[in-house]
Amino acid sequence: MRLIKFLLFFISLAPIIVFAATDIELDKAPIDTSDNASLQRGAQSFVNYCLTCHGASYMRYNRHQDIGLSNQDISERLIHTGQKVGDMMFTAIRKNEAEESFGVVPPDLSVIARSRGADWLYTYLRSFYRDESSSSGWNNLIFDRVAMPHVLYQLQGQQVLITKSANSEKGTPEIKELKLSVPGLLSKEEYDNFVTDLVNYMVYLGEPHANYRKKLGAIVLIFLLSMLGLTYLLKREYWRDVH
Amino acid sequence: MADSIGEMNSRRRFLVLATSVAGGVAAVAVATPFMLYMMPSERAKAAGAPVEVDISKLEPGMLLMVEWRGKVVWVLRRTLEMLENLKKLNDQLADPTSEKNQQPLYAKNETRSIKPEILVVEGVCTHLGCSPVFRKDIAPADLGPDWLGGFFCPCHGSKFDLAGRVYKNVPAPTNLVVPSHVYLSENRLLIGSESKESV
Amino acid sequence: MSKQENSFIGWIDERFPMTATWRAHLSEYYAPKNFNFWYYFGSLAMLVLVNQLITGIFLTMSYKPDASLAFSSVEYIMRDVNFGWLIRYMHSTGASMFFVVVYLHMFRGMMYGSYRKPRELLWLIGMAIFFVLMSLAFTGYILPWGQMSYWGAQVIVSMFGAIPFIGETLSNWILGDFMLSDAALNRFFAYHVVTLPLLIIVLVFVHIIALHEVGSNNPDGIEIKSNKDPKTGIPVDGIPFHPYYSVKDIVGVVGFLIVFCGIIFFVPEMGGYFLEHNNFIPANTLQTPDHIAPVWYFTPYYSMLRAVTVNFLGVDAKLWGVILMAGSVLIFSFLPWLDRSPVKSIRYKGPIFKFALTLFVISFFVLGWLGTKAPTPLYTLLAQIFTVIYFAFFILMPWYSKIDKTKPEPKRVTK
Repeated sequence: MRLIKFLLFFISLAPIIVFAATDIELDKAPIDTSDNASLQRGAQSFVNYCLTCHGASYMRYNRHQDIGLSNQDISERLIHTGQKVGDMMFTAIRKNEAEESFGVVPPDLSVIARSRGADWLYTYLRSFYRDESSSSGWNNLIFDRVAMPHVLYQLQGQQVLITKSANSEKGTPEIKELKLSVPGLLSKEEYDNFVTDLVNYMVYLGEPHANYRKKLGAIVLIFLLSMLGLTYLLKREYWRDVH
Repeated sequence: MADSIGEMNSRRRFLVLATSVAGGVAAVAVATPFMLYMMPSERAKAAGAPVEVDISKLEPGMLLMVEWRGKVVWVLRRTLEMLENLKKLNDQLADPTSEKNQQPLYAKNETRSIKPEILVVEGVCTHLGCSPVFRKDIAPADLGPDWLGGFFCPCHGSKFDLAGRVYKNVPAPTNLVVPSHVYLSENRLLIGSESKESV
Repeated sequence: MSKQENSFIGWIDERFPMTATWRAHLSEYYAPKNFNFWYYFGSLAMLVLVNQLITGIFLTMSYKPDASLAFSSVEYIMRDVNFGWLIRYMHSTGASMFFVVVYLHMFRGMMYGSYRKPRELLWLIGMAIFFVLMSLAFTGYILPWGQMSYWGAQVIVSMFGAIPFIGETLSNWILGDFMLSDAALNRFFAYHVVTLPLLIIVLVFVHIIALHEVGSNNPDGIEIKSNKDPKTGIPVDGIPFHPYYSVKDIVGVVGFLIVFCGIIFFVPEMGGYFLEHNNFIPANTLQTPDHIAPVWYFTPYYSMLRAVTVNFLGVDAKLWGVILMAGSVLIFSFLPWLDRSPVKSIRYKGPIFKFALTLFVISFFVLGWLGTKAPTPLYTLLAQIFTVIYFAFFILMPWYSKIDKTKPEPKRVTK
């Protein structure tokens, strides 16, 4: 049936068309959610830097057993607020205080990687620049006028925005680039690795069961494939009757 | 169409059997997550986590009430007199030597406790779940001259001694339950710990 | 199975027609022997329905239909409840796969003329199931109370506001408030877990009863009942549903489960199509997301809703959009009377029908794709063109199906 073949061809093309259009160029986050060492470093950075203002209030501390931490490790390394290991990762800051300082309540980060995506977070955390015109003194290349200040500036250093007017005939008006003006404690590569670990952790945080899910899925699919063979033999055996 | 509609030959019989077995395995495998879904969730487990109690300020003869898994747990520091009295009651009790499995092995002794003076017991009557009243007064009018202190259940009149052991001829069938517990240090008690790991 | 008067089954049969039902619907229900790939989707739709009912019951145990708790109760299911993630993904993937299966099932009917006499009522019952399914999908999508739940529902409910005179009162009546709020979430929950599932179960039952009354169509579009063995009275091209189609459908079920489980375990969000990224942000009544689009299965109709940009015949564009959108779904119901071709199946229909159906499918996909995009002038123009093609397929059918050059139907079914 030519018609069906044509339709199937068309259907197979659909995703390509759909995914073709993207507006902002995001850097690919080189994450690996099976890398426990990276996740543990990320968790450490998360509680040290993010949890001050953002909560992860759907996540229990003791869930970090997933990434190879014992309850004792968790209470020693991740909990700074005297909470119990079975508690949720609430933020220390109060809602009204946060709203006073930033103008908005910092969003909960439990599922931020599922709404924003890893690449966005990876790019975002590396795209802050100095902007004296904003209230926090910071701005971000992919989140204009963001209320959040650059919490990690001591590590990354300070970047400034350089706008070049592109003098091509096609008339691309300007190219925006970030340049490091004040170096931080970490080199560019070290900072990128730091952010990678942090984003890796946030991806894990969004769906802590993900690795287990894939493992279980492999078993289920192997079972179903063998079941397919068996049921096909059964069908063929019975259909020998039908001429 | 053949005349042999649905006829069973040995190959068919084998394939039907094999598919049925595989289907049965699949059904059990699918049912498992659904059954586990109904077990206590992580939230319930966190709420039911072991409770730490500081007993340094517990005076002899005083009762401390602790909530664990929605139940009251009594921590009682018994006086020497109370401990002496326990021995006199054996013939009035239904299970004086704690033969029935109502306590961890380490509490299956005369005082039903790890440390002789400290009693840790769930304050839930083994009859129908009311919470008995702590009556340490000796020979009060309502409980009779033989009462040497204990717990009295107001719902249906069950009586327990100061080791949580049930009297004979009352509705409650068994001694009060001793929850699993462990001493983290001299005065720090952890109630509800299954093992030393789950701190 | 003949001498069972004294057995346990015999005891039941005297009181309930168990064996008779088994025979009438399975072991002696004769289905055409030439079913192909497209005939799996009816039984698969049943499978997905059962999946939705069972996983739905379990989700109801842990979900909270309260605007302040709904979002976190879903995350509670995903994280704290044992295997909650699996059951939630089974339900969310099942919702999308329900539409995949039902769309293919409907497309099968359109290819082989399954809506034609004597199956008009069967087709109409099927359309009723489709409407209930859409309502189920809509009410279900609100429940997680994320940004897309909220703003998607806002858009749909606002459509009722377009109805003249009663629009505003009607939307207040639907919402139980002057805006989308906890009251609406709570009642949509009631529809989603009680009213609509009951309705769909009854309708599916009626659909099957009607099917077994008239008998299944087949890829040749000829009636197997018109050619019966004179001795037995059994259609010569028919085979008993059980065991032949039960063993065949099991293969289809396992094949389907491989796809289904592949999605559940490896790509449960399906790139943002089954679970939209913005729905992982809790509903915020003050801030619309930059770009809102319905879930993929509603996007073709959504495109048509947006395609009307001018007022005409004294009716404003908004109302025309709503009319067009409702019409785009309802118009399927008229197929039995629009198709005037002397043959049923696409195998014997002429080039015009094949061309028209292809064009229709393309327009369905293009409209679906456009519905996921933010409207630009070009996209709106495209949506308008394809809306016209979509409707033309139906409206012109009485004409082109009659003039089309058909091939003669065979007497017996072919391979």
